[in-house]
Amino acid sequence: MKSFFRMSYPYILWIGIFIVAPMFMILLYAITRTGNNTLTFQFTLDNFSRFFSDPDFIKVLLTSLRIALFTTVFCLLIGYPAALFIANLSDRAQTLMTLLMTLPMWINMLLKTYAWRGILLNFDFSSELKVFIGMVYDFLPFMIIQIHTSIAKLDPNLLVAAHDLGANNVKSFLKVTLPLSVPGIISGITLVFLPAVSSFVIPKMLGGGNYVLIGNLIEIYFQQTGDWNFGSAISLIMALIIITAMWATKKLDRSAQED
Amino acid sequence: MKKRKLSKFFTSGYLILILLFIYLPIGYLILFSFNEGKSMTNFSGFSLRWYENLFSKEASMLQSIWTTLLVAGIATVVSTVVGTIAAIGLSKAKRIVRTMVLEVNNLPVMNPDIVTAIGLMLLFISVKIQPNIVTLILSHISFCIPYVILTVMPKLRQLDDNVAEAALDLGATPWKALTKVIIPQIMPAILSGALIAFSMSLDDFVVSYFNAGVGINTISMYVYSMKRYNLSVNAMSTLIVVTVTLVLILANLIPWIKDKKAQKEETQNA
Repeated sequence: MKSFFRMSYPYILWIGIFIVAPMFMILLYAITRTGNNTLTFQFTLDNFSRFFSDPDFIKVLLTSLRIALFTTVFCLLIGYPAALFIANLSDRAQTLMTLLMTLPMWINMLLKTYAWRGILLNFDFSSELKVFIGMVYDFLPFMIIQIHTSIAKLDPNLLVAAHDLGANNVKSFLKVTLPLSVPGIISGITLVFLPAVSSFVIPKMLGGGNYVLIGNLIEIYFQQTGDWNFGSAISLIMALIIITAMWATKKLDRSAQED
Repeated sequence: MKKRKLSKFFTSGYLILILLFIYLPIGYLILFSFNEGKSMTNFSGFSLRWYENLFSKEASMLQSIWTTLLVAGIATVVSTVVGTIAAIGLSKAKRIVRTMVLEVNNLPVMNPDIVTAIGLMLLFISVKIQPNIVTLILSHISFCIPYVILTVMPKLRQLDDNVAEAALDLGATPWKALTKVIIPQIMPAILSGALIAFSMSLDDFVVSYFNAGVGINTISMYVYSMKRYNLSVNAMSTLIVVTVTLVLILANLIPWIKDKKAQKEETQNA
C-alpha cells in the first residue's frame, strides 16, 4: 500500500504546469519590458513604479479596498445575526433555511447581477452604492454560512453552564458564543473580502462605464490595451495586498484566541 | 413568556427580510420574463413571447447553455477522477511532499479568479495556443481539481489504514484494495467534491472570459457581452431557476424518503 504514493506523481506534474507555471508567467511579464519576445528579456521594475507614481491608479486601488472593506463589514453586521438566529431554530427549520439560502447560489452569478441592473434602474443611486449593493448581495450567503457552521458546532452545554453560573443572555453571548464563533467570522471575512477586492464583473455591470476598480484595470490592460506586462504587474500588486490582508487577519485571529 | 414571543417574532422577521433580499433579483428576473414589452423596469402586461423567442430566435443563447453544460460536465468528471487519484496518492506520500503539494494546491483557491485566469491565459499563449474550447475546458479542470482534493483529503485522513492492509494481507491485489476497500469508503466525499467542482464550473465567468477564445460563449459570457436588455435572458433564467429548484427538492427528498422507509422497516421488524 506504501506504493500508492506513486498515484500522486501525475498531479505533481499537473500542478507544475497548471498552477506554478502560470504564476511564474505573471511574475515574468510583470518584471519585463513591454514588447519583449521569448528570446530577449529586458528586466525592469518600471511597471511597478508606473503604478505607484500615478495618483489615478492609487485612487483606483484605494476605491477597491474601501468598497471591499465596506462590503465585508456590512455583510458581517447583517450576516452575524442571521447566522445566530438560524442556529437557534429547530433542526428541521435549520435544514430548510440552509436549503433556501443555498438554492440561489446555484443560479449563475452573472444572471443575478443582470437582474440587479434591472432593479437598480428604478433608483437614482450613485455608481458606488449600486456596486456596493451588488457585492453585498453576492457575498452575504458565504458570510452567513461560514458563521452559522461555527455557531452550530458550539456545545450547547457551554451556554447552559454560563446560565447556571449567573450569566444573562447578553453576557453569555458576549463571553461564550461570540468568542467561539471567531473562526467562522474569519473565514467569512476571507470569503467576502477576497472576491470583493478583485471583482470586475459587478463594477462593470452595475457601476456604469466610469466606475473602475482594480479588477477592471487588469481587464482593460489585458483585453483592450494589450499591455500584458503592466496588467501582470497590477495583478501581482493586488495578489500581494490580498495575501498580506489574509495573513494579518489570521494573525489577529491567533492573538485573539490566545487572550 | 411575552418577551420570548416578541423575540421570536423579531428573529423570524429578520430572517424573512434576509430571504426576501436573497430572492429579490430572482423574483424580478422571473416577473419580467413574462413581460409583454421589452422593458426591464416597466411591466406592461403578461405574455409568453420571450419564451417563444428564446426557442425560435435565440440560437446563440441556447448554444451558450449547451457549452456551459458541456464544459462543466467534462471538467467535473476529469477533475473528480484526477483529484481523487491525486488525493489517495498524497495521503500515502511523505509528509513533506504532501504539505508542499497541498500548499501549491491551495493557490488557485486563495488567489483571486482574475489572477488564476490571466496566469492560464499567459501560459497558453506562451506555448502558442490561441484560446479555444480545449483551453477553456483545461482551465476549468485546473481550477476544479484543488476543490476535489480539499474535499476528499480529510476523509482519507480519517480512514483506518489497517482495513486496506488487511485486504492486501488476505491476498487482494493493490488494485482490488483500492477499488473495493478505499474508494467505497471515501465515496461520499468524492461525490461532494464532484458537486463542488460542477457548481464552481457552472458559476465561473472570469476564467472562461480570459480562456475561451472568440465565438465560444458560456452563459456568463453571453450575459456579460450583451449590449442591451433582452428579456429572453429572463426566460432562460426562469427555466434555470425551475430546473435547479426541482433538482434540489429531489436531492433532498430522496434521502428523506429512504430514511422514512428505513424507519418503517425498522419498526416493522421490531
